Amino acid sequence: MSLASATHHDASVNYLNEDKGIWSWMTTIDHKRIGIMYLVSVLIAFLLGGVFAMLIRLALLNPKHTVFGTVIMSAETYNKVFTLHGAIMVFLFIIPSIPAALGNFVLPLMLGAKDVAFPRLNLFSYYLYVTGAIMALAAIVGGGIDTGWTFYTPYSTSTQGAVGMMTMAVFVLGFSSIFTGVNFIATVHKLRAPGMGWFNMPLFVWGMYATAVIQVLATPVLSITLVLLLLERVMKIGIFDAAIGGDPVLFQHFFWFYSHPAVYIMILPGMACISEIIPTFCRKTIFGYRSIAFSSVAIALIGFLVWGHHMFVSGQSQLATVLFSFLTFLVAIPSGIKVFNWLATMWRGNISLETPMVYALNFLLLFAIGGLTGIFLGALSTDVHLTDTYFVVAHFHYVMMGGTVIAFLGAIHYWWPKMTGRMYNETWGRIGAVLVFIGFNTTFMTQFLMGSRGMPRRYYNYLDQFQQLHAFSTYGSWILGLGLVINAVGLIVSLFNGIKAGPNPWGGTTLEWQTQSPPIKHNFHDQPVLDRLPYDYRRPIETELEVK
Amino acid sequence: MSSTAVHTEHDPTLQHHFATREQQFDASKIGMWLFLATEILLFGGLFVGYGLMQSKYPEAWVAAHHHLQRSLGAANTIVLLVSSFTMVLGVWAASQNKRKMLIVCLILTLLCAGIFLGVKYFEYAHKYHDGLLPGMFFDTKAHPEPAHQNIFFSFYFMMTGLHGLHILGGMGAITWVLIGAIKGRFHSNYYTPVDLVGLYWHLVDLIWIYLFPLLYLIQ
Repeated sequence: MSLASATHHDASVNYLNEDKGIWSWMTTIDHKRIGIMYLVSVLIAFLLGGVFAMLIRLALLNPKHTVFGTVIMSAETYNKVFTLHGAIMVFLFIIPSIPAALGNFVLPLMLGAKDVAFPRLNLFSYYLYVTGAIMALAAIVGGGIDTGWTFYTPYSTSTQGAVGMMTMAVFVLGFSSIFTGVNFIATVHKLRAPGMGWFNMPLFVWGMYATAVIQVLATPVLSITLVLLLLERVMKIGIFDAAIGGDPVLFQHFFWFYSHPAVYIMILPGMACISEIIPTFCRKTIFGYRSIAFSSVAIALIGFLVWGHHMFVSGQSQLATVLFSFLTFLVAIPSGIKVFNWLATMWRGNISLETPMVYALNFLLLFAIGGLTGIFLGALSTDVHLTDTYFVVAHFHYVMMGGTVIAFLGAIHYWWPKMTGRMYNETWGRIGAVLVFIGFNTTFMTQFLMGSRGMPRRYYNYLDQFQQLHAFSTYGSWILGLGLVINAVGLIVSLFNGIKAGPNPWGGTTLEWQTQSPPIKHNFHDQPVLDRLPYDYRRPIETELEVK
Repeated sequence: MSSTAVHTEHDPTLQHHFATREQQFDASKIGMWLFLATEILLFGGLFVGYGLMQSKYPEAWVAAHHHLQRSLGAANTIVLLVSSFTMVLGVWAASQNKRKMLIVCLILTLLCAGIFLGVKYFEYAHKYHDGLLPGMFFDTKAHPEPAHQNIFFSFYFMMTGLHGLHILGGMGAITWVLIGAIKGRFHSNYYTPVDLVGLYWHLVDLIWIYLFPLLYLIQ
């Protein structure tokens, strides 16, 4: 890239301060601002879902559900709280977390583009998200829901409460997710910088691309399913309600046809972040670039064919069950390829343990545990024993929280200097990351034990024999919460007194590090031209502005 | 993507983040095709549900579909096919700078869409009169045997209803393009909206091509 023309630009002007006032944010079509608005929104959702999680753990501290002699919540409230925890975390937090917040910010920068392909659609998708979030809040205020986040029929067609409002909220959120996916696919196809072919795109882009394919192809099925559920509730159309001739198992098929691929909508972006963080903090070219890229696509494709493993005990045919079990095992192959490639990247690398890297190590351990316990659940004989126990709860928390959320936290720290232009406090960042690791394992490792001993999920009551493990899990949730609060405070404080970040504080090789921090409105002063492979540490990295 | 293409200064139809018109056109087209894929999957859920319920209650399906008027369904199929043809002509006219022809074609397409909805209205009114309504509104006293005909009509109204909403949406989009055509916004270098609305309209047509035999021609 040419440095000659860059020197006379005013480095204090950036996307944050070029236009001023709340209105300039509300009507912005700048992908970076939309990414920041998404980031703030999903973090608020994370906080809300997290408060519900802490309440669940508190209520399960002892079998009488008391703290200092006061009952925390009734059984009815408990059902609503775990439903809201799940629904908020899945639909309002994890699904949009990495793609819509960080992806929006980083993806066009990585491609050397000025914006996503459809900037107005991008803003529209954000407002759909906000509308969906408001509808979800209305559902909470207007009676709550107690169906679990899966909305299984026949219970969801007969229970009272705001099921209709909540399903319509998810319907709207689904379209927000679809539009983000459409935008990313078109952007990756058409807006890559000159010189950037498919195989020198950063791996984050590959991960986002695979995610977007699932968002576009799976979400509409959930949309129509939720419409059918609503119509079944209000006018008894007879599709899911067995009493009038419908088939409740069909709902499960429809729901998981979306919601299993949705698991990959959640984990692929996490993997995408890890593929960026590990080479940067190991100062080493990523090992097996193509196999990581293709394994993302493979996970996305196979992910469409495994939904039946949620229904091993729902009365599927034996043949279907065996096929779904086999296909489930297949997903382990591309996932394993990724993990081994990351490990091989670290081997003989020059590893430095900044907060993003600490989180990446957390991810490797926790995702390995989450992935391997998924094999237990994909195996038919063990699954029959473990279905609907805490083992399942622990498994998907290891993947969703231990995988995606941990990667998200690492990625926030990684791109924080780029987004805000400030460095966070490294010591507190590391302390937070370590506490999250300890707290997370304390909370959920115990749940593997409880589940394998038969503790059923979603139950308000439990036998005295589980008291110690339940209490242990609750203590873990406090450590986990403390770690998250420390990270949050560290990041917020850095906005005010963090030292200024240069364009490339980590020595990253991808294009987003070649523009100033924070970037200008149109990202780059001159159209970047790619003349190197991603993660090439053999040559020094040049930045557009040599600001130190 | 060609970086050698001439960058046109002050071209109001070229958004700032695209280097060339071709790039912008291709991106829009990819976006539209993806949107159409989501539409197919949206209807896909209804098609799967319909197929499953038909295999569960074949007698009810055959009996219920006799209440539909094949002649009207067939007429509407022809109307939509004609409208797709006029739309194709319109897109071609736009690409050839034939503004008057574009306007005429769009008006003809709108007219066909209107006829389609008019016929659909008479069909719906007839069903309403006979109590052939979805789910709990179905008149089981008037049509007691075979059971579960109400589920057929649930699907009939959901599928044709969702399709009808798409026709309405399409009419809105065509009207928007028509206004643009009258104002002379399109020319051979820029007719992306006409092209994309055309694609959408063909999909709406195509879905009906599947709905017609599925609902009206059961053996």
